[in-house]
Amino acid sequence: MSTDTTEKVLPYDDVVASFDPVLGLEVHVELGTATKMFCGCPTTFGAAPNTQVCPTCLGLPGSLPVVNKVGVESAIRIGLALNCSIAEWCRFARKNYFYPDMPKNFQTSQYDEPIAYDGYLDVDVETDEGVKTFRIGIERAHMEEDTGKTTHQGGATGRIHGADYSLVDYNRAGIPLIEIVTKPIEGTGKYAPEVARAYVTALRELLRGLGVSDVKMEQGSLRCDANVSLRRTPSDTFGTRTETKNVNSLRSIERAVRYEMTRQAAVLEDGGSITQETRHWHEDTGITTSGRSKEEAEDYRYFPEPDLVPIAPSREWVEELRTSLPENPAVRRARLQQVWGISDLDMQTVLNAGALDVVEDTVAAGADQAAARKWWLGELARVANERGVELADLPITPAQVAGVEALVSEGTLNDKLARQVIEGVLAGEGEPDAVVASRGLAVVSDDGPLLAAIDEALAAQPDVADKIRGGKVQAAGAIVGAVMKATRGQADAGRVRALLLERLGVSE
Amino acid sequence: MTGSTDLTRLTAAETASAVAAGEVSAAEVAAAHLDRIAAVDDRVHAFLHVDAEGALAAAKAVDAARSSGEQLSPLAGVPLALKDVLTQKGIPTTCGSRILEGWRPPYDATVTARLKDAGVVILGKTNMDEFAMGSSTEHSAYGATHNPWDLDRIPGGSGGGSAAAIAAFEAPLAIGTDTGGSIRQPAAVTGTVGVKPTYGAVSRFGLVALASSLDQAGPCARTVLDAALLHSVIAGHDPLDSTSLDQPVPDVVGAARRADVKGLRIGVVKELGGEGYQAGVRQRFDEAVALLADLGAEVVEVSAPHFPYALAAYYLILPSECSSNLAKFDGIRFGLRVGEDDGDPSVEQVMARTRAAGFGPEATRRIMLGTYALSAGYYDAYYGSAQKVRTLIQRDFAAAFEQADVLISPTAPTTAFKLGEKLDDPLAMYLNDVATIPANLAGIPGMSLPIGLAPEDGLPVGLQIMAPAMADDRLYNAGAALEGALLDRWGHPILEEAPAL
Amino acid sequence: MPDTPSITREDVAHLARLARIDLPPESLDHYAEQLGVILGSVAQVAEVAAEDVPATSHPMPLVNVFREDVVRPCLTNEEALSGAPSVESERFRVPRILDEE
Repeated sequence: MSTDTTEKVLPYDDVVASFDPVLGLEVHVELGTATKMFCGCPTTFGAAPNTQVCPTCLGLPGSLPVVNKVGVESAIRIGLALNCSIAEWCRFARKNYFYPDMPKNFQTSQYDEPIAYDGYLDVDVETDEGVKTFRIGIERAHMEEDTGKTTHQGGATGRIHGADYSLVDYNRAGIPLIEIVTKPIEGTGKYAPEVARAYVTALRELLRGLGVSDVKMEQGSLRCDANVSLRRTPSDTFGTRTETKNVNSLRSIERAVRYEMTRQAAVLEDGGSITQETRHWHEDTGITTSGRSKEEAEDYRYFPEPDLVPIAPSREWVEELRTSLPENPAVRRARLQQVWGISDLDMQTVLNAGALDVVEDTVAAGADQAAARKWWLGELARVANERGVELADLPITPAQVAGVEALVSEGTLNDKLARQVIEGVLAGEGEPDAVVASRGLAVVSDDGPLLAAIDEALAAQPDVADKIRGGKVQAAGAIVGAVMKATRGQADAGRVRALLLERLGVSE
Repeated sequence: MTGSTDLTRLTAAETASAVAAGEVSAAEVAAAHLDRIAAVDDRVHAFLHVDAEGALAAAKAVDAARSSGEQLSPLAGVPLALKDVLTQKGIPTTCGSRILEGWRPPYDATVTARLKDAGVVILGKTNMDEFAMGSSTEHSAYGATHNPWDLDRIPGGSGGGSAAAIAAFEAPLAIGTDTGGSIRQPAAVTGTVGVKPTYGAVSRFGLVALASSLDQAGPCARTVLDAALLHSVIAGHDPLDSTSLDQPVPDVVGAARRADVKGLRIGVVKELGGEGYQAGVRQRFDEAVALLADLGAEVVEVSAPHFPYALAAYYLILPSECSSNLAKFDGIRFGLRVGEDDGDPSVEQVMARTRAAGFGPEATRRIMLGTYALSAGYYDAYYGSAQKVRTLIQRDFAAAFEQADVLISPTAPTTAFKLGEKLDDPLAMYLNDVATIPANLAGIPGMSLPIGLAPEDGLPVGLQIMAPAMADDRLYNAGAALEGALLDRWGHPILEEAPAL
Repeated sequence: MPDTPSITREDVAHLARLARIDLPPESLDHYAEQLGVILGSVAQVAEVAAEDVPATSHPMPLVNVFREDVVRPCLTNEEALSGAPSVESERFRVPRILDEE
């Protein structure tokens, strides 16, 4: 496999000065249906090996497939959301090749008759000239099935190479997949990596909005392959492309495209030529390596699946599904930006952080939009980043964040205490109220203890007390600080200041 | 029923009514057939597996149900031989192939489940050409079945085991499967009745696929009425088979009892006869046509100009689908695995060694033929063209059925040939199905029934009846009428002329 | 109509690789001859397969046969593995995999 782990790369600025990139992105989405595409086995993630299998998804002799209606509906809804045409008549086809994780040694897929074709998705990318919209053409979206999972045993690394043998679990085999393929993406120039990332981000947002998949890249329910080629100028024909597999985070997509551009450019600048091949992305080292070269071109011997009948969605059915689509993401973004009254830049920050859904939900749960953004883009973004998870996957709900914020606005918590409550919720200590109670975090609102603490602080710093009495109100901070320290942060600083000034008979 | 009656000589209808009336127990019927199998099957070799224990248990359950006053279904207590291409939970299912030796499926085929629900007593699994590829059962990995009429001759194929079991009185009923004639051609050469129902009438769930768009399971019996009774048990919509027809099953039993061809328009297919058909086959066929006319049928000649291309189209479509259907036999999830200890082989090598060792020559030929026909660059000329011929065949049938209610032809060009005669000449073997294949390509139903013995060799000749899709009842009506007239003429069932085993 | 195909030893070897059958080298010539004869005969389909004739993939004109998205009982792990030649840790055990997907 990787004989050339340290390939030459060209500096990125030089690449974009001399070459025009063309991209093609293939995204596989695992649908969130209750059962598999062609049988009634459940699709629950993480079940014990080979317990979610039946004769059909194990490919036992005599078994037959029957199409999951929700799988077809999801495919049509995805097609419609991507502005595609929906086929009036299409078939499944068998893609024939042998592989141990594929029970029938053919994949039931679609070939020249995809259920959805010819659409587009608009994505926004920040450029030197501000936010620019790129229209990504969608070639097709088609239905197929997932394979089983193979674990490699023995050898050094648990990888396929050097393993002594492998173990196969077919629980995943037959889970519905939708493959979404773009048309060649041209005209992105130096923004190619950002456009690739923005496309997958927007697609993920769209799929989540449709409720058809949990789109968790780390669990493999959304997977991306990136085709990259370079040419000297946009008027040239397409260069030879490579297909980089296993690009399974948003950040990796951007990095992998950028890396492939710099690697291919170095080869071309040296007078070499690009080999059409599969390449593997390595998250740790940030490079791609060559897949094993094929001795013969693949010959999948596609033919119409005789065990399944054609699908002919009536126009009434398609229109009914169209009415069930959620609001178009671009329209929704514009609407929320207007309702919240925030700038383009603020909105872009929310989008880049993937925080639109959680902020919207937090606002819906009663929080102020500014507070909601502050929490999700600040403290919570920091924690998510530390843990390497998406905001939505943090163990805190928008309703809980809104709950914390409500305690702040009613004066029960100050900012510092609120952060501790958030920390408690994230640590699994329960609802915000419960964390406040169990950690004893409420702001001290009784004036008695505060006055006692003020008197103590004034006695300890008589010179400061004199300065304040003499009209140097700004010196009050030192006393307030001492009181806050004495009450371990549980006092409302504003209230302490007011009481202090009253005590000394001074006004602001 | 008295002890002197040979229970194996009864029809299924007679057996069922005797069991229902309490004249004989289902257990006695099962035991009589198990005894018959023990007595003759070493020479016939119709069975690959006999499940004596299961059969007796099923029979006793029927007897218990009867004595507790339950209403028995019309075939309760009747023994049956199941072609080894249908799964039966826990019972070896080999499809006549080494690659499945010892495999016990963890589930029942829908046909199997319906038989069990109907109280039919499954005696065991019958021999067949490997994965139903052949017309002689010589391609079984477990040795050929012998024709009860002449043990040196083939019983037809692929369902030679099912047909021979019936002809040898080892069972009154059997299940066959028909992809290009595998129910009808064995019926013809063994003097029995076999029906390929309309495609989609009988569920394919649990039928190990040869060619998915052609395969159809159906009844084998000694009389048209018995076939109809079995047909009505196994047919009907199955949500586990996407190609299953969601329509009421035609009243085939009523049609078999009606047996009246007065005014029925019967079309003799010009292209299925004449040159290439044995003289005795032609003679008996012509006599049957005359008999049908005597019975009041209106006989017309129809032409199906594309039928001469049917065999070629079939031998492209079938291998193509089968090359893909048989890909799952790779030694990973079930069945044979070989070559694991020779060196340090990869899974790819073990799969290839397993498939080389597990598939016989005919399966290998057809897998490679199909692989070729589906390959990039050849698809349009071969598989694509074959699918167009399929359309033309369907159009020929549609035109013919405007002129006739049913179509007839000889079932097979010859009577049973000698074992070994065509074994290494694939094209000669393929010609046995020349008359039966068009019905599979079009999805329409077809029946074969015996019409006499060829004068030159004294072996059975079959007549094929074909009807439009979902008009299976027409087969039974016309078939039963002809059967009745022949019985009157002969004075006894044709199988009584077969030599004693 | 395509030219009468001639199938070589190498063609048979290639088909056997695609079909994953480890044919003994001494059988290749025999298969080449037989496949050549069969293909020569079946190639006649092209004689009548005119441009304007639609292809038929399914004998009955059914469309839209679906299943509701409702869970059905699975096999147990034991049943699933019951026919497997080799099993380890509730999984199907296979020799080392050479090819990548």
